[in-house]
Amino acid sequence: MKRFKYSEITPEKIYKNRRIFIKNLGLAAGSMLVGSNLFTSADASTSKDELELTDYRYVTTYNNYYEFGTGKSDPVERSQKFKTNPWNIVIDGEVETPITLSIEEITEMFPSEERIYKLRCVEGWSMVIPWQGFPLNKILKKVSPTNKAKFVKFISVLDPEQMIGQRFPILDWPYKEGLRIDEAMHDLTILVTGLYGKKLPNQNGSPLRLMVPWKYGFKSSKAIVNIKLVEKMPTSSWMKASPKEYGFYSNVNPKVDHPRWSQATERVIGGGIISPRIPTTMFNGYGDEVAGLYSGMDLKKYF
Amino acid sequence: MRSYFKSSVFILSTIPFLLIIYKILFNKLGPEPVKEITHFTGEWTLVFICLTLAMSPLKRFTNFTFWVKVRRMLGLFVFFYATLHLLTYIVIDYRFDWQQITDDVVKKKYIFIGFAAWVLLIPLVITSSQKMIIALKHNWKKLHRLIYVIAIFGSLHYIWLSKTIFFKPLIYSLVIIFLLLLRIRFKKTT
Repeated sequence: MKRFKYSEITPEKIYKNRRIFIKNLGLAAGSMLVGSNLFTSADASTSKDELELTDYRYVTTYNNYYEFGTGKSDPVERSQKFKTNPWNIVIDGEVETPITLSIEEITEMFPSEERIYKLRCVEGWSMVIPWQGFPLNKILKKVSPTNKAKFVKFISVLDPEQMIGQRFPILDWPYKEGLRIDEAMHDLTILVTGLYGKKLPNQNGSPLRLMVPWKYGFKSSKAIVNIKLVEKMPTSSWMKASPKEYGFYSNVNPKVDHPRWSQATERVIGGGIISPRIPTTMFNGYGDEVAGLYSGMDLKKYF
Repeated sequence: MRSYFKSSVFILSTIPFLLIIYKILFNKLGPEPVKEITHFTGEWTLVFICLTLAMSPLKRFTNFTFWVKVRRMLGLFVFFYATLHLLTYIVIDYRFDWQQITDDVVKKKYIFIGFAAWVLLIPLVITSSQKMIIALKHNWKKLHRLIYVIAIFGSLHYIWLSKTIFFKPLIYSLVIIFLLLLRIRFKKTT
């Protein structure tokens, strides 16, 4: 499997800081990692150290979260008072046993593990983030999807009182996203409750967000309140905003350009002014795990 | 008095440039420095386009002629910031990767129209001197109406590169449309 050797392209100083970080985080994180065997055992030559983590500062101050505004620093500036407690998540639709769970119940029922994933934004930049979360399939299995459940729809919170961006018709609020059921059941698809060993910051989608590492970042919904299993392919907010530019799949694909900009390369956040663009890889580098989901599909057509 | 005005405008116009140099030297560009420089120089190009377009209407409304005395300088600053913007893209972002750059210019409409706007600025810069104004006579005025096209291209460039029109691309477009509409009304009344 192709791995991201960020040590090769990142100034050594940051790389060393990264190592210090691992030590500081201590054994707790180390033991959590054992759970994510996908990233520790798949390739013996790849250790966690080789993934150059993006600075916590950048991960939490450079965000696309249009509910709080379209500027990159809007989310951190405007989300600090956002109330994430109480918070309930409804899981319903084509399921045997629909449930409503509070965020506390979710964190209790599904122990979190650390997953270091690369996040590739459709705008052409990427970060590497240590997430805490658990596979979405764990929660889906709990509700027993019926055989009509072909897709999963994710609905984010609608709260224009607290979310200033929702007072404007930037997107079709609340934010909606979707996955095909097999994508949703895939072990790499996780629900996230934290990052960098801390509770998920508001600007990153607290209290519960999705993370699908082989798709462009906007597929990973933030502040989810409803996970709905459905029969028909849901229309996401971005598909509705511009159907020619945002397809349902939105897999990272250097060969399929966004109609307005190229997807061949990306900038690594935190690399500084001297760091060059790096080539974008198919499925954001997770092809070995997920390419099978799309065998026989024309990914130019189903972009 | 007038020369003070002119030199103050000049000094003020260099502030964005000095600011970005400061940010580069002292590493204040944030998570995505190259994009920051690109956006910064691009946005200031649009600001100077708006300022340049605002001078004639200001002269009409205030009856002061000094507005148009700085118009040429502001127009040259449009070219200055547009060139910095273009150079950031070519030199820092794509590092003379001409294959990728020409591909972008041809295939990506926002890059095409932005590049076209920069090219259209060149004849205006060349003919900006007093000598040229005299030499070209009434043609000079016709030629320099290109700035209207450049302004529209500039705002389209911003709209097309943004994921949504909200809010900055929309604001710049509205300001430019407003400044252009003012001119249409002048023509009818004069």
